[in-house]
Amino acid sequence: MTCLEPISELKLEGITKRFPGVLACDGISLEVRRGEVLALVGENGAGKTTLMNIIMGLYRPDSGTIYVNGEPAHFRAPGDAYARGIGMVHQHFMLVPNMTVAENLAMGLKQLHHFMRLDLKGAAQQIREVSERYELPVNPDAYIWQLSVGEQQRVELVTTLCLGARLLILDEPTSALTPQETDDLIERLQRMASELAIIFISHKLNEVKALSDRVSILRHGAVVFNGRTANHEPSELAALMTGHDVTLPRNEGSGLQGQPLLSVKNLCVRGDRGNLALDGLELELRAGEILGVAGVSGNGQREFADALAGLRPVESGEIRFEGRDLANRSPREIIASGMGYVPEDRQTEGIVPSFSVKDNLILKDFASRNFSRFSFLRRKDIDRNAEALKERFDIRCPSINTATGALSGGNIQKVILAREIARGPKALVAVYPTRGIDMGAQEFIHSQLLERRREGIGIVLISEELEEVMNLSDRIAVIYKGKILKILPAVEATRERLGILMAGLVDTDRPPAPATPPLPVAGAAHD
Amino acid sequence: MTKQKLVYGSVVVVAVSLIAALLVALVLYAIGASPLATYKTILTGPLSDMFGVTEVLVRSVPLLLVGLGIAISFRSGILNIGAEGQIQMGVLASTAMALAFPHLPKAILLPLVLMAGALGGALWGGIAGWLKARLQVNEILSTVMLNYIAAQVHTFLLRGPMLDPNELETGSGTPQSMRLPEASFLDQIVPGTRLHTGLILALVAAVLVWVLLWKTTLGYRMRAAGAGAKAARYAGIPVERYLIIAMLLAGGFAGLAGAVEVTGVHHRAIEGISSGYGFAGIVVALFGGLHPAGIVPSAVFFGILLIGADMTQRSAGVPANMVLVLQGVIILSIVSAQSFLRNPYAQERLLRWLGGLVPTALRSKKGVQP
Repeated sequence: MTCLEPISELKLEGITKRFPGVLACDGISLEVRRGEVLALVGENGAGKTTLMNIIMGLYRPDSGTIYVNGEPAHFRAPGDAYARGIGMVHQHFMLVPNMTVAENLAMGLKQLHHFMRLDLKGAAQQIREVSERYELPVNPDAYIWQLSVGEQQRVELVTTLCLGARLLILDEPTSALTPQETDDLIERLQRMASELAIIFISHKLNEVKALSDRVSILRHGAVVFNGRTANHEPSELAALMTGHDVTLPRNEGSGLQGQPLLSVKNLCVRGDRGNLALDGLELELRAGEILGVAGVSGNGQREFADALAGLRPVESGEIRFEGRDLANRSPREIIASGMGYVPEDRQTEGIVPSFSVKDNLILKDFASRNFSRFSFLRRKDIDRNAEALKERFDIRCPSINTATGALSGGNIQKVILAREIARGPKALVAVYPTRGIDMGAQEFIHSQLLERRREGIGIVLISEELEEVMNLSDRIAVIYKGKILKILPAVEATRERLGILMAGLVDTDRPPAPATPPLPVAGAAHD
Repeated sequence: MTKQKLVYGSVVVVAVSLIAALLVALVLYAIGASPLATYKTILTGPLSDMFGVTEVLVRSVPLLLVGLGIAISFRSGILNIGAEGQIQMGVLASTAMALAFPHLPKAILLPLVLMAGALGGALWGGIAGWLKARLQVNEILSTVMLNYIAAQVHTFLLRGPMLDPNELETGSGTPQSMRLPEASFLDQIVPGTRLHTGLILALVAAVLVWVLLWKTTLGYRMRAAGAGAKAARYAGIPVERYLIIAMLLAGGFAGLAGAVEVTGVHHRAIEGISSGYGFAGIVVALFGGLHPAGIVPSAVFFGILLIGADMTQRSAGVPANMVLVLQGVIILSIVSAQSFLRNPYAQERLLRWLGGLVPTALRSKKGVQP
């Protein structure tokens, strides 16, 4: 398999893949050739990952054929796909943190392995060549842990290219990047596209619009749309993706803001490695407002949310909630005081995955008089509660007895949100509430948050999605290295300004109003 | 959709069981025994007469009790390997209680003796639970080590302070305690056999464990702590406390099994009384799906295996220790079936391989079209 010509065209014809009880791919046909970027979009569970695993040889299709340069190809393992020039960059980086860039490449490149000797110089040489050719600056001697997320992304691209890939499959490559890094990556990919074929998987339609030449939309395992990206608006693509019109709701700014509810003063909290992850954080939340906390993840958001929920010891400072200091109280006391929490890690912290939907809906209240009497659970009331919440929050599950971990991310999030809201909290902390969630569920979750705001609940919305923060918040606080760098009203926020603040640069020397167009958030919902 | 998955899961489990049976058959073949005849003796021999049936049930009682405790601890997220030691502590505690108050009436003494056994086991299990909750000591290590300590304590007491004075006089030296007072005996259900009322006790315990785990808030907390410690902590459940409670209960059931063996079967503490029930109980619990409704039949099944193995030793010359091989293979097959069902790539590879074996004409029928 050595001297095959490099890939210039990949064609899938009628790819069908069935798993027990699920039709993951239903007669999918696609085509992508050199010099072209194909965007593959679809909601979670639409079959994107399965299809890519088929292309990479991890799964074999039940029927259908893969053609490379017009000839049928049979891939039994990722190595076969690489041999024909197909490479994949996964959403979660496949890099060993305590090895250098060159060492990471050497792991996958057999010709560098000689008897008793590893040719690391050769690896470094290859990396330099590829990074010059594709304008992807990478230092082969840097350790992975020293690199920022954006740089790690470049390393992934370079190593994939070094392994001989000329067709790149990029699985949600921007999900961990800052806005600046995202723009930078898209620019680089545009330049690279002339020599390569790229399949770009995403559900961020503005990126799809910016990068791709053609777009294919998957729904329920089938291609429902093929077209040139330039001819279609993002809202149109969103509708095709979800099967109905999608308009993400926005905070109209009306409504009265009530009393101060939560005030955090000089909060210091240690991170997992003993470093001071929160270093004098201060903010104040009023009833009936959504306070967005924007920032690149890893700047203390997790520690902040943990401290608010009582899951992490507070070093110093206070968390005053309706006049009571909640710092270092137990989770149970904090829950009882009326604090709701939608955690970042919804799969293992927000729910017990193996528990049924109905059992997860009472995770915080099973001992209350509504659901138990004399420490015996009242199954009928638990069932009734679950049926009612399933209806009200549009939780799509086969039954309330289904294991919650088997649901899609969006539905898991709805279970969590249903539980937290049904408890009637006074304040709600929501961390990355729509990360990785498809647009339909996102729309629902956003409108739920806005509705709770109208009811007078104070909401802390921690997110790195700028659109989300700008759409929903009344005020936006930018968190950087464990401190709030600046708090600004949402109407004064723009993508650019927030991006600069999130990178840690204070913009006080810049007058906000003249430098940016008035009300620039208008129309920012999609593009 | 879910029904299909259930059928698929059952097919995998059955297939894996067959593979396990085949592997054991290979071992049998290797030692020169006829696999078919051996299997036939093991599975049908014990049930061919009344005596066999009662003996099977006598073995099932401790297996069931231990299995229930194991289910509680595993469901609560603790891999308790220490039932063997917990049984031995239960044996010692119940024996000591019975010998200390030989003149109490039966209505008082018997419950006291059983409770003492449960307490002894609970204490031993609780040590591992406390170490895990407070000091994050791995429970597999601590329970295994506690097994060794318990075995040594057991040996020391039965050869020293608790040794039957008669043994010293006659000098026969069997390491065992004095015979217990009759007021501490469990009654026989079927006269003339060894089957005792411990069976009823164990069945009631099975119902209680089911109620505890699935009908009470305590059970909800323990299962939540076991199935998702992070989520439980998030929901305000003090996970560590429930780890300790789970280990107290698990140890308590193992200790009760020891007490039942003493008061129902042997009527004294003897060395080797636990005869591996502590380890077999883990297999019983896993084979029963960690659910009382599965553990009851599973305990009977392993009772059959134990008696059947004794019979093959006598009739076919196959060593009774073959049951240990069988147990090991069953554990391995259950664990591999579980991880196989969790790994879609492995399933894909197997289907592909099977597809290669099936002639082309049959492929459409099987639904495998590689």
